[in-house]
Amino acid sequence: MGWAIALHGGAGEIPPTLPPERRQPREAALRHCLEIGISALKADQHPLDVRELENNPNFNAGRGSVLTSNGTVEMEACIMDGNTKKCGAVSGLTTVVNAISLARLVMEKTPHIYLGFDGAEAFAREQGVETIETSHFITLENVDRLKQAKEANRVQIDYTPPFQKEVKEETDIRGGDSQIGTVGCVAVDCHGNLATATSTGGLVNKMVGRIGDTPIIGAGTYANSFCAVSATGKGESIIRATVARDVAALMEYKGLSLKDAAAYTIEECTPRGTAGLIAVSATGEVTMPFNTTGMFRACATEDGHTEVAIWPSA
Amino acid sequence: MGGWAIAVHGGAGVDPNLPPERQDQAKQLLTRCLNLGISALRSSLPAVDVVELVVRELETDPFFNSGRGSALTEKGTVEMEASIMDGCGRRCGAVSGITTVKNPVSLARLVMDKSPHSYLAFSGAQEFAKQQGVEMVDNEYFITEDNKGMLKLAKEANTIMFDYRIPAVGLETCSFAVESPLQMNGLPISVYAPETVGCVVVDGQGRCAAATSTGGLMNKMTGRIGDSPMIGAGTYACNLCGISCTGEGEAIIRGTLARDVAAVMEYKGLGLQEAVDFVIKERLDEGKAGLIAVSNNGEVAYGFNCVGMFRGCATEDGFMEVGIWE
Repeated sequence: MGWAIALHGGAGEIPPTLPPERRQPREAALRHCLEIGISALKADQHPLDVRELENNPNFNAGRGSVLTSNGTVEMEACIMDGNTKKCGAVSGLTTVVNAISLARLVMEKTPHIYLGFDGAEAFAREQGVETIETSHFITLENVDRLKQAKEANRVQIDYTPPFQKEVKEETDIRGGDSQIGTVGCVAVDCHGNLATATSTGGLVNKMVGRIGDTPIIGAGTYANSFCAVSATGKGESIIRATVARDVAALMEYKGLSLKDAAAYTIEECTPRGTAGLIAVSATGEVTMPFNTTGMFRACATEDGHTEVAIWPSA
Repeated sequence: MGGWAIAVHGGAGVDPNLPPERQDQAKQLLTRCLNLGISALRSSLPAVDVVELVVRELETDPFFNSGRGSALTEKGTVEMEASIMDGCGRRCGAVSGITTVKNPVSLARLVMDKSPHSYLAFSGAQEFAKQQGVEMVDNEYFITEDNKGMLKLAKEANTIMFDYRIPAVGLETCSFAVESPLQMNGLPISVYAPETVGCVVVDGQGRCAAATSTGGLMNKMTGRIGDSPMIGAGTYACNLCGISCTGEGEAIIRGTLARDVAAVMEYKGLGLQEAVDFVIKERLDEGKAGLIAVSNNGEVAYGFNCVGMFRGCATEDGFMEVGIWE
């Protein structure tokens, strides 16, 4: 028993040769956000407060989101409270600085669960959340990723590395902003309250209007009284396999442990190279399986265990 | 056991005072759609084609809340959504925020078959529709006088409501002031009538499929997305079964209703009817909803925890039933 928290910064083909200057800012961001989360949990704050990690500019799925085929950003996010099963989701955001906060407002301030596109943007203005012109979110690295994807005529997960020749634009890392795509956080407090949140820019070169797994309750995000889950990877595969819901369903209906339920979902239900997830259980366990080359991740439990990692451990 | 089976629905949560002629109209439409599906199944059309065919018919007829006859947003416009899932390989397609595509379920099918994605929405979906050359009409095509009247009432009451099928002439008999023990989404049942449509099929080869389509909630915020396009919530199909749900969208999403029917069959070994009953009883909390389901064994089942659900079902051995009440 006890609290536990896990974060991810996306799963994908993260090459083991990833140079330190691309690795360290992200590891530092994960470590920093982990510490924020741990302090909150130690102070017995409601777990959903812990979700507001987008306030840290290093861990903002917003700026640094990958681009649609039109070169624009369309961000989406989702939040769910395990106790009440209340949830909020948003899609198609173009100017909202913190998508997850808007998702939370949908949950708390509307009779609905999910708002998208113009309607979501209008709601953001009504609520007075911070908005900024859409160019703020667009980074050179992602412009290049999009170019590469178009040349190869494919849609890809955010981590597919740019070609070697584009290494020179590494210099565009302003003020420690990281170019992280999907990010997620799950936590359980010392009372067993579970919560999850996920936020993303989606797939590189996605069609305008494409919605992925992140805002779909049961696919990329889910929490109930058994566990809280946040998934990352290829949205279409995660939707089809209802990944987040299945982890909880395996625990509830088949009596599997958190670790086994998560492992089964990642190994048996989604194709290799398409998914990863983080999950915590009501009893304070953590698991972070993935079937991709790597997954930026971090976790901590009350007994003092902490971990920040990218590739499979040992 | 074995053989094909089909079920259709036109929404859960029906006013017990619905005039008899409206009840008959509903039953006739359900029967017609059922027969359409049955002919298709007899000609060996695959399950995923049958569900699309039947839902298209339901969308085109203005009686239920989908396609023409959809509930209106707070702005008086129509924003439709739909999803389809093929149990073989669990391929799926979904669309939201559709304003000018005549048959949203067919657009969802194209997303599944012709795009690299599973879900497209709003202007991106509309753009895709144009590229695919699907039949487009003005948004006005979908708006009916009945629904304009209902939106006005909903605004006066300043509440979200499901669409209302009793024509304006009957309104004086069901004032908001009447204390009714029957409620859905906080509204007296007389003012509530959700009529999302759906179809689930298992074909002669044991392949399951499901499709759902809707205009959503009357007076909903623009941009509001409900359970119908959400795989695992309003629609789901796998090699074991196919499910389509209807009712209070937010409750269906929280309960991941469609996925849960399949999950209790898969992970707890429950049979189809048991799974449907379990999910309706245990997964809805205070929410009101209904669903239809078929299994790869040729069984058909439905369940609902509210007053009435427009539905019809048929199996290859000759069983056929259309109903509204328990």
